[in-house]
Amino acid sequence: MKLTIPEEEVMGHGHLACQGCGGALAMRYTLKTLGRNTVLSVPACCWSVIDGPFPHSAVNIPVFHTAFEAAASTASGIKAGFEIQGKDVNVVAWAGDGGTYDIGIQALSGAAERNDDIFYICYDNEAYMNTGVQRSGSTPLKAWTTTTPVAHPKDRPKKDLISIMAAHRIPYIATASVAYPEDLTAKLEKAKNIKGTRFLLIFSPCPPGWKADPKNTIKLARLAVETKVFNLLEIENGLDWRITKKIRKPKPVIEYLKLQGRFRHLTEDDVSLIQENVEKEWNILMNKVGE
Amino acid sequence: MRKVMIGNHALSYGAKISRAQVIPAYPITPQTEVVELLSEMCANGEMDAKFIKVESEHSAMTASIGASATGARVFTATSAQGLALMHEVLHWAVGARTPIVMGNINRAMAPPWTIWTEQTDSLAQRDTGWMQLYAQNSQEVLDSVIQAYKVAEAVQIPAMVILAAFVLSHTSEAVELPEQGKVDEFLPPYEPEYRIDPANPHAFGGLTGPDGYFELRYQIQKAIEDSLPKWDEVGREFGELFGRKYGLIETYKVEDAKNLIISSATLASTARTAVDALREKGEKVGLLRIRVFRPFPSAQIRSILSSVDRAVVVDRNISFGASGIFYQEVKAAVYNEKNPPPIFGVIAGIGGRDVTKKDIIDIYEDIMRMDEPKSDIIWKGVRL
Repeated sequence: MKLTIPEEEVMGHGHLACQGCGGALAMRYTLKTLGRNTVLSVPACCWSVIDGPFPHSAVNIPVFHTAFEAAASTASGIKAGFEIQGKDVNVVAWAGDGGTYDIGIQALSGAAERNDDIFYICYDNEAYMNTGVQRSGSTPLKAWTTTTPVAHPKDRPKKDLISIMAAHRIPYIATASVAYPEDLTAKLEKAKNIKGTRFLLIFSPCPPGWKADPKNTIKLARLAVETKVFNLLEIENGLDWRITKKIRKPKPVIEYLKLQGRFRHLTEDDVSLIQENVEKEWNILMNKVGE
Repeated sequence: MRKVMIGNHALSYGAKISRAQVIPAYPITPQTEVVELLSEMCANGEMDAKFIKVESEHSAMTASIGASATGARVFTATSAQGLALMHEVLHWAVGARTPIVMGNINRAMAPPWTIWTEQTDSLAQRDTGWMQLYAQNSQEVLDSVIQAYKVAEAVQIPAMVILAAFVLSHTSEAVELPEQGKVDEFLPPYEPEYRIDPANPHAFGGLTGPDGYFELRYQIQKAIEDSLPKWDEVGREFGELFGRKYGLIETYKVEDAKNLIISSATLASTARTAVDALREKGEKVGLLRIRVFRPFPSAQIRSILSSVDRAVVVDRNISFGASGIFYQEVKAAVYNEKNPPPIFGVIAGIGGRDVTKKDIIDIYEDIMRMDEPKSDIIWKGVRL
């Protein structure tokens, strides 16, 4: 069997992630693929903590911590600084969903519109987890968070960030999941050879925030794909949409929802509503894919 | 070579001749000419630099911080609302010890919308740790950009070169452009001790608890204190090479002065002509212009104030609920002296209202008639 995931570990032991952290796995696979000639621009997010307190760092590459809304703009500056000095380095803005869907979307849109030669990678755990599980623009419909309590869970669906990014017509966009590392690695490999803004959204379960068993991280990430809650795809130049993991027999969303405490309050009607929403989004996606 | 240029272009040429390498910038009136000329010079190859057309001032500053952290020399410019939007990351630039040089055009803050000059925008950033230099003419603007890089890079603290909206930003003056070779000699390429480098990986700005943060702040304060003699030293060295000497402060006819007018920027230029007129009337008056506001040149100010009978500070800014900001700082500088002179605080020219030579003469004559300062603010020219 041919190994498609590089063996070298750029991320070390001793990071400060919670048990079963999807965000830690996302970083591990990303750095295996991008290698050591890489720099991270990290805004406020779980990874501001996971990387370790001063003077420690869990990754063997430079990490530049920046303000919450500034992952993309800081990365653009780092890239320009390297370019003018004749250095070719992978510059990665590495942000959570809060720093991407919400407070950082302006700087992200600016960098994408300029097509700055950076990677922007969002490890998406669907809420402000580092501050203690508050809702973000990425939190899914009907989910509990500390600011969408059970009496009034999230009343809006997850923001369709991928379509927003596609509207920028950047050369490469992909979604990925920590449950499908070969798919993630292949996408990063492809992105490495593309110039311009490359955006990746990595679905990264958060056991404490989702009130899920840490042993179920991979299972949940896989079920999200198998239920079509989160679809693995790539988009070239904003127009050429392609599903990279086709699900022949999709599972009902309840399979995914029932393993998470954040959905424990759901009624049967709520579950039906979520299922309908998944079907609707799938049809919209199929129109874009052209199937 | 002499060239007629507006104050804004003096900033652009200052950045060019300092060989700025990355320029992230966002337009705002009355700063636009600064970045328009820079973007043109980057595009046509006159400058070997990258111009990043960011989507906000917040991104202008964060891109500046990122670029500076790689070891590139960085320039940007803004004004008023733009500077205020940067506020969060002005702190970041200092904490990250990135010696960015930024032009700021002093414009009054909204609402109501206004574009005319006032210093409250930059003075409101006084506690961020940025060094601040208030220039009085276009020549000084250009010369100060070069000096600011030299000081900023020596102490790893960013610096703002500040000029008055329209009064200076859009006024054409003849400016001596220093020879590039001599500037290169004066200001060698930036070589930081630490930079983002995959061959030597470090984490920059990671989580730091009470056991480490305190010392980092102490080091910032020490660095800014170290810059005090540096500004004078660099200003002197600049004078030797280019014939124009600069310092933390500038004095005019203070040697035998009994009374002192203290001001900054273009207001100080006007005050200089008022000093001449008052001298003709037989007044023993001098001018102290505060050129560098951060670090605050307390020792120099104390020394000059020790030999005068009274002083008046003319401020084109206000700290609401307190008083004029230069006034506060001057007063604080001499508070522990044995017999400090009475110091009067005047607020004038808010929102760009013109302050004339006659206004300064009136201010001076008014305070000479007073026994002592009765309040922290003497309003000049406000219509009630």
